[in-house]
Amino acid sequence: MNTNLLYDLAGILLVAFGLFALIVCAHPLRKILAVNIMSTGVFLVFIATAYGTGMEAVDPVPQAMVLTGIIVSLSITALALILACRIQETTNLFRLRSEKSEDQRAIES
Amino acid sequence: MVPPMNIMLAGFDIILIASLLWLAWNILATDDIFKAVVLFISFSLLMALCWVRLHAPDVAMAEAAIGAGLTGPLFLAALRRMKRIHKSERRMDLEEKRPDQQQTAGPASGRFNPVLLMLILLLACLTGLLAVVSGILPVQTEGLGNLVADHLPRSGVTSPVTAVLLNFRGYDTLLEIMVLLVAVIGVWSLNPAPMPRQTMDTSPVQVSLVRLLAPVMTLVAFYLVWQGAARVGGAFQGGAVLGGAGVLLLVTNFTWLHAIPSRPLRLGLTLGPTVFLGIAVWCMISNGTLLAYPESSAGSLILVIETACALSIGISLTALFAGGRPNDSLSE
Repeated sequence: MNTNLLYDLAGILLVAFGLFALIVCAHPLRKILAVNIMSTGVFLVFIATAYGTGMEAVDPVPQAMVLTGIIVSLSITALALILACRIQETTNLFRLRSEKSEDQRAIES
Repeated sequence: MVPPMNIMLAGFDIILIASLLWLAWNILATDDIFKAVVLFISFSLLMALCWVRLHAPDVAMAEAAIGAGLTGPLFLAALRRMKRIHKSERRMDLEEKRPDQQQTAGPASGRFNPVLLMLILLLACLTGLLAVVSGILPVQTEGLGNLVADHLPRSGVTSPVTAVLLNFRGYDTLLEIMVLLVAVIGVWSLNPAPMPRQTMDTSPVQVSLVRLLAPVMTLVAFYLVWQGAARVGGAFQGGAVLGGAGVLLLVTNFTWLHAIPSRPLRLGLTLGPTVFLGIAVWCMISNGTLLAYPESSAGSLILVIETACALSIGISLTALFAGGRPNDSLSE
């Protein structure tokens, strides 16, 4: 059991948690949180795999790519949050459900 | 070469990973979504610690500034905006969780749910498969560290991460700046910025603290950009700190903020992408290759790009937090 493997496993578990919550939870904010945790897990696997490979110099390429990834995931999060707010303002629903939820029925009646 | 693993370090690793996983589970399982967001902020701080442990200080700084300092406030702002419509429902997804709380038994009122079981089974298989793959992958490859170190003197900077970001893989960074700009355009096209309520009285302590902090944070931001050439830091970390200062100004609700016309804002927003793209095209015209800086002036060109990008990133992040376009539209 070495450090790379330990952090790799943590990253994989984070991805699994996030994917599970993304499918199961119906609240849009929770879904966005889940996507964030998934992306963090991917970054963790990436950096952990590179850890300790170069002898003295730490490999800068994965670091640069993760930095890029962090900014991109922030952009996605911000856009998704505004979209979630708009969905909520226009439909008055708190959850995303394909069939008619109780909220909708209450509004219609 | 696996670094020697002494007992102290191993204990630290295990505690760090255990708390990370515990926090992640609680973020996704807690009833109160406000609590989930607060837990997410602490999760990001622990992740920053994790990056330091894995010898990635640039990522750690970006995670601390962006993950904890900006993503958390973005979620809180969205939560507040949703609550404004449905007041008195702080635990708004409480009734959502109630059917889900019987998750183990299935949402359909205590009945055995084969779909959920199948999902858990599939995810467990996926996790196991990934774990096995990461276990048998040959880890002891050399990586690109030595290659970067060999070419570092030609890049114009001495920090390897900055060299990769802005010289060797400058194309990625150019596209990333564009992604950020597109995100801001997307947010602006959806709705105008929600007007803050005038009745909200800000505490005088906060006002004077922000008056003190905002200039200091701006100074720190540009210092980070400057030292990015040689050490940890760079356009992203600097831009994130600048964005943090902007968010502080926004939440303190200074009245002069709303008097800022949108034209300089738009110019600042596009300054980084324009400068970056301009230099890229100029390189293509003079050398024939996109983003191939002439070796003698590479250092100063990178500094120019980084300063412009940090400014644009700071303004973009503030605009994303504001959540809409400025109220004086140019088209009217």
